[in-house]
Amino acid sequence: MLKAVILIGGPQKGTRFRPLSLDTPKPLFPIAGLPLIQHHIAACAKLTDCKEILIIGSYTTVTMTPFVSEMQKEYHVIIRYLQEFTPLGTGGGLYHFRDQIRAGNPTAFFLLNGDVCADFPLKELWAFHEEKSTAIVTIMGTEATRQQSVHYGCMVREPNTKAVTHYVEKPSSYISTLINCGVYVCSLQVFHTMADAFQRKQDGFYNGNGQGSAHPGYMSWEQDVLALLAGTNKLYAIQVTNWWSQVKTAGSAIYANRHYLELHRDRLSHAPCNILPDVFVHPTAVVDSTAVIGPNVSIGAGVTVKAGVRIKESIILNNATIHEHTLIMYSVVGQEASVGEWSRVEGTPSDPDPNKPFAKMDNTPLFNNEGRLNPSISILGAGVVVPAETILLNSIVLPHKHLTRSFKHEIIL
Amino acid sequence: MNSSDKKLGEIRALILVGGYGTRLRPLTLSRPKPLVEFANKPILMHQIEALVDAGVTQVILAVSYRAEDMEKELTEQVSKLGVSLTFSHETEPLGTAGPLALARDLLSASPEPFFVLNSDVICEFPFKELAKFHRSHGKEGTIVVTKVKEPSKYGVVVYKDDGEIENFVEKPQEFISNKINAGMYILNPSILDRIELCPTSIEKEVFPFMAKDGQLYAMELEGFWMDVGQPKDFLTGMCLYLTSLRQKNSNMLHEGDGVVGNVIIDPTATIGKGCRIGPNVTIGPNVVIEDGACIKRSTILRGACVRQHAWLDGCIVGWKSVVGRWVRMENTTVLGEDVIVKDELYINGGQVLPHKSIALSVPEPQIIM
Repeated sequence: MLKAVILIGGPQKGTRFRPLSLDTPKPLFPIAGLPLIQHHIAACAKLTDCKEILIIGSYTTVTMTPFVSEMQKEYHVIIRYLQEFTPLGTGGGLYHFRDQIRAGNPTAFFLLNGDVCADFPLKELWAFHEEKSTAIVTIMGTEATRQQSVHYGCMVREPNTKAVTHYVEKPSSYISTLINCGVYVCSLQVFHTMADAFQRKQDGFYNGNGQGSAHPGYMSWEQDVLALLAGTNKLYAIQVTNWWSQVKTAGSAIYANRHYLELHRDRLSHAPCNILPDVFVHPTAVVDSTAVIGPNVSIGAGVTVKAGVRIKESIILNNATIHEHTLIMYSVVGQEASVGEWSRVEGTPSDPDPNKPFAKMDNTPLFNNEGRLNPSISILGAGVVVPAETILLNSIVLPHKHLTRSFKHEIIL
Repeated sequence: MNSSDKKLGEIRALILVGGYGTRLRPLTLSRPKPLVEFANKPILMHQIEALVDAGVTQVILAVSYRAEDMEKELTEQVSKLGVSLTFSHETEPLGTAGPLALARDLLSASPEPFFVLNSDVICEFPFKELAKFHRSHGKEGTIVVTKVKEPSKYGVVVYKDDGEIENFVEKPQEFISNKINAGMYILNPSILDRIELCPTSIEKEVFPFMAKDGQLYAMELEGFWMDVGQPKDFLTGMCLYLTSLRQKNSNMLHEGDGVVGNVIIDPTATIGKGCRIGPNVTIGPNVVIEDGACIKRSTILRGACVRQHAWLDGCIVGWKSVVGRWVRMENTTVLGEDVIVKDELYINGGQVLPHKSIALSVPEPQIIM
C-alpha cells in the first residue's frame, strides 16, 4: 500500500501569487479548469496502490473542506485535509502528522509540494525507489540551466548508483544543473531521520542556537532533512525529462495552464465557437458562436463570452463577463469581473526562454531595480469592472475595483 | 449672381503650396500634400472650390518641387470647375512672399486685387466677404484674422475697430490680442512693388511695412479655422469641418444604424454589421469596414480595409492599408499607403511608413520605418 502527502502551506505563503490568491487560496486556483492541487490528486489517484491522500497545510478546514469532499466524490481514494495548528515549515508539518501517515503501515508515501505543476511520473518514481534497497528518500530531479539552477535545491549524484552525495538548497554559487522538483518518494524510515533532525532543532531552539525559528517544531524538509541524508546512501535522485515547473508568481498560472491543457486534451470540451486548441470551456459557460478562443485558454463556470470576443493565452474565472468585440490575451480575469465592449486586456507572457534548453520560468519579482513594474500578465481581481473601449496593459487590478479609464504598467489598488 | 459678383469674376488667386509637406508624413511620402484627402476631398480642392464659388477664374499654384502626377490630376479636377490652373515653379524656396514676385506677370495682368492663401488652411472660406470688405476700405491689402485660445504661441495682429492694422506682435507674453493671421489675403497688384524676387516672408518682411503705411486691414473670420498641415491638427480640423457641415450642409453627413455623430461615408464604401462609426469619422471611396469594428475621430482613406472588431480612435489610415482583426489603434496613429497591421496588435501613436507590414505591437509613440 502507498500513500501520498501534498504540502500546501498556508495563507501566509504564496504572496507572490497575489492578487489571485486574495480571492482563492493558491492551492485551489483553477489551472486548466481544475484547482491547482487537483492535478496532484489526479496523478496520485491513478496509482491503484495509492490508498490515501493527505493534504497538509495551515489553511482553515472551512476553506478546504468543500474542496476535499468534492475530491472524495470524484476519486476513489481516501482524501483528508490535516490542518497545522501553526506553520511548522515544510518538514515540521510532515513530522507533526507522522502517525497519520504511518497509519495502516504503507510501504512508502509520495510527497508532493503543492506549488509545482508537472506531468507527475509517479510510477517511474516509485519503480526507481523500490529498486534502491538503501533508499529512504528518492527525489524527482530535472535539469536546469546553470544560471537558474541556484534558485532551486541543487544536487550532485554518484553517477552509477544515482545516490545523492551533496545537496544544497538555493546555493549562492553554482553546484549542479540537477535540481529538486519538490516531488519525492519516502520510506517510513524517513521519520527516524526526521526525529533526529527534530531533536537537533529543539535542542537548538532551547539553548538559543535556533533563534531564527518561530516555533520549536519548525523544520525545513529541504535544509534540515534532505541535506542531512545526502552522502549517506539513503537519498537518491531520478532525473526526469517530463514537463515540470514551479507555480510561484501569478504569471506562471498562464504557463501552467498551457501545459495542463495539453496533458488533458481528452477532457477538453467542444464549445460551439471558433476554438484554436487547447481550450477548456466549462459546460456552464455561455460562449457566443462568433467568439474566437485559444490557444491556451481556460474558461470557468458561469462565464459569459459575448459576440466577436477574442481570448488567447488567458484564464477566465467563474461568472466573469466579457462583452462584445473585446480582446483578452496573457491575462487572468477574476471571478465576477466584467470587461466592457471593444476593450483590450493584455499582459506580457513570462514563459521560459524557448531558445535555452532546460530553461525554467524566471519567477521575476513584481518590481525591477529601478522600482518600475516588470512586464507581467495582466490580472483583474474578483469583481473588477473594466469600462468599454479601454486598454489595460501589463497591469494588475486588485479585487472589486471599478476602473474608469485605461491603465498601462500599473498596479491599481 | 448680382452685378457686384460679376466684378469678382476677374479676380485671380495664388495658393502657396510650397515644399514636400514633410509635416504630414508618412501620408505625403505617397501623395503630394495638396492631394491628400481631407474629408474625402483633396485639401487643395476645398480651397479651389471656395475660390471658384467667389468667382475666381484663374488659380496659380506656387510649388517648389515638380510633381507631374499632381499637376495632371489637379488640372483634370479643376477643369471641371471651369477655372484655369497655372503652376508657378520655384527653383529655390522663396518663402511666403517670393512666389508673388515670381508670378508677378500673371498677378499684375489686370489692376484687380488677387487672393493669396496658404495651402494648409481649412475653414469656412470667406472670399466673397473678403473682396467686399477690401473694396470698401480701398487700401492695398486685407488679411483674414482668426481668434485663438492661446495667442502667446503665435504672432498676433493688433488692429483698430474699423480693421486698420496697427502692428504685429510675435509671441506676446502679455495679452495684447487674440487674433492671428489666418493665412488668407486679398492684395492689390501694387503690393508687388514691395516684394523682390528672393526668399522673403510676407508676414515678417511685407505686412509690417504695409501696416506702418496704413495700407493693411484685417477682417475677422467667422466659424472655425485650422492649419491641417500635421496629423494631429488634420484630425482636429476634420472634427471642426464636420461640425460645420452639420450646421451648414447636413445632408452630406451619413445617417444610419451604427453611425454616431458627424460622419461622412463615401457611397462606394461598405460597412459591416454591428459596427459603430463616429463621432467625427470620414470614410473614403472603396473602403471596407468589416463587422464589429468601432471607429472614432479618424480618417480612413481610399481603398483601405478595417477588419472585424478593430477599434480605432484618432487615426489616419492610409490608402489601401489593412487594419487587422481586434487591432487597437489610437493617439494619432498614421498609417502610410499600403500598410498592413496584423491581427490583434496595439498601435499607440505609431507613424508607419508606406508599404510596411506590422507584426508587433507599438505600445509607445514611435515611427516605424
